[in-house]
Amino acid sequence: MNETDQMNPSGQSSSARLFIMIMPNMDRVDVLFLYRQMLLIRRFEEKSAEMYALAKIAGFLHLYIGEEAIAVGTIAALRPDDYAISAYRDHGHCLARGSDPGHVMAELFGKATGLCQGKGGSMHLVDAPRRFMGGYAIVGGHIPLATGLAFATKYQKLDLVTVCFFGEGAIPSGQAHEALNLAALWKLPVIFVCENNRYGMGTSAERAIALYADVAGAARSYGIMAERIDGMDVLAVRDVMRKVVEQVRGGKGPFFIEAMTYRFMGHSMSDPAHGHYRTKEEVEEHRKRDPLLLLKETILSTDLGTEADFIQLEREVGEVVTAAVKFADESPFPVLSELYNDVLAE
Amino acid sequence: MLMSYREALNQAMREEMRRDSRIFLIGEEVGYYQGAFKVSKGFVEEFGPQRVVDTPITEAGFTGLAIGAAMAGLHPIVELMTMNFGILALDQIVNNAAKIHYMSGGQLSVPLVIRGPGSAAHQLGAQHSQSLEAWFCHVPGLKVIAPATPHDAKGLLKSAIRDNNPVIFIEAQLLYGTKGNVGDGEYTIPIGVAEVKRAGRDVTIVAYSKMLQLALEAADQLSREGIEVEVIDPRTLNPLDLPTIVASVKKTGRLVIVEEGWRYCGLGAQIAESVYAAAFDYLDAPIQRVTGEDVPMPYSRPLEDAALPDKARVIEAVKALYGVQ
Repeated sequence: MNETDQMNPSGQSSSARLFIMIMPNMDRVDVLFLYRQMLLIRRFEEKSAEMYALAKIAGFLHLYIGEEAIAVGTIAALRPDDYAISAYRDHGHCLARGSDPGHVMAELFGKATGLCQGKGGSMHLVDAPRRFMGGYAIVGGHIPLATGLAFATKYQKLDLVTVCFFGEGAIPSGQAHEALNLAALWKLPVIFVCENNRYGMGTSAERAIALYADVAGAARSYGIMAERIDGMDVLAVRDVMRKVVEQVRGGKGPFFIEAMTYRFMGHSMSDPAHGHYRTKEEVEEHRKRDPLLLLKETILSTDLGTEADFIQLEREVGEVVTAAVKFADESPFPVLSELYNDVLAE
Repeated sequence: MLMSYREALNQAMREEMRRDSRIFLIGEEVGYYQGAFKVSKGFVEEFGPQRVVDTPITEAGFTGLAIGAAMAGLHPIVELMTMNFGILALDQIVNNAAKIHYMSGGQLSVPLVIRGPGSAAHQLGAQHSQSLEAWFCHVPGLKVIAPATPHDAKGLLKSAIRDNNPVIFIEAQLLYGTKGNVGDGEYTIPIGVAEVKRAGRDVTIVAYSKMLQLALEAADQLSREGIEVEVIDPRTLNPLDLPTIVASVKKTGRLVIVEEGWRYCGLGAQIAESVYAAAFDYLDAPIQRVTGEDVPMPYSRPLEDAALPDKARVIEAVKALYGVQ
């Protein structure tokens, strides 16, 4: 990988495109699985929005719609025992890691059967058996935790990597820089995945980050290998991540990925997709590169799948999401004595 | 065995690190410098730099790293050069360490000790002299310990290291050189258990960390004047051993609480509220508090002395319980 790789006008890195050409990995089962995972996240998020409107879900709800390719492509390159950790827009990472959609939805409903027994909520999903170490809602605050997970695996002499997802809005924070420095200093096996969706709430990267044109440059300044990739192309993400994971697992120190993406919805449920800080036209323009559309076009054009496959996947995912909502809805709320449980560990 | 508070801490960590390879020490100058206050003297030589980790001056970063390491099964001891610098790590301590077990519905734990000196030493100025224990005690999910003697420091630090929760362990710069008898061989002191440091029938004084010595000196003098003071050191500030304090107050009917921290919203206010709720009918006078003054710590010696509790103020507070000026 070339550290100084430049973006082409489509936002796709030339090296990522090269990987697809020379190592297609275009196995039918694999690509349909990637599509299915992205579709699951998409339909889960759409259903979450509906449930929010019905007041089944409360609090803050940040949807991952538009950014699915990053979670799915990255996690496809991981082993089940690698660690993943995320910020508050975390449903996609949790589902991509294989968490049961019913238990995730139940957590959003605040039910006893939720992943965290209803104590975490949308922004704090944790699935420890799947090594999904949580969603964290203080911007930048979980990046040091990721370095700690990586520190531990190195200390324990395990060949594991830790992937840390965060938005570009975390990059100016002091905690991000402290973590980058420590990761570089101690050559920790951590992969920073910056999901650059171009806005921290309503403030564009241009108005918040001095290095907005090259966010990965923040990592390079600490001597961390970094690359900007097209975060809308799940195959590009997966293939770059496979190389990166292999390299980091091999002890070559941390890596920083800046995945260019776009959030199709508002920051949370309290703001519209467009209006005050970005135009409808801008959103429409980015929707043309919807990660689901891009992969579907690739699959159809390479004859790895047919329309019938997509109809089948829609049906299957639809059933899963419907069942998840039913499970969440029918589950009980936590008993009130749970209030005091788990404040302290035994 | 007579040893200093500093040596007791050193021994506690050394014994635990020999026992369990998951334990490591991390912080500024803990390794080759031997610790800013020499608490980790000899550690990097015995355990190596992998387990005695010198960090850059980035409290949020390395405290967060330690929390992450704890989530993955290690048992970190974070040394803060002073508790004042813990303010830089408060987001990690309050938003992550204290909440991760609860937010995850018990799936994740954070077995972690964060230790270092709190309170004033001599003329260190406003930013290096703070007693912040009330801040930490306010947060559910943290345990807070502030031992006053070498024996307690050793036994409680070992318990803190073996605990599966984040523990804030507050030492004091002016205690490091103080000496006391430390139990021989292997021992621990349970978290959450107070100790009656001096028995008495007339007045109860609750005092912890450096303030214990003031309370004991005041008790000696008051004894010569015919007032027998019972001195209780809670040792652990959260969870607080309220039953021991209440039992004493039921006997004496009078209570003075001594703390070095600021008066407003200080720990003594909470202890007083708890005692009022549990033993109001046993009190013969309103509870007295002796605290630091509500000012940033001044540098000048006479001003600093005026800002801190001293023996005379403790004696005055005891006498006020009897209506004596």
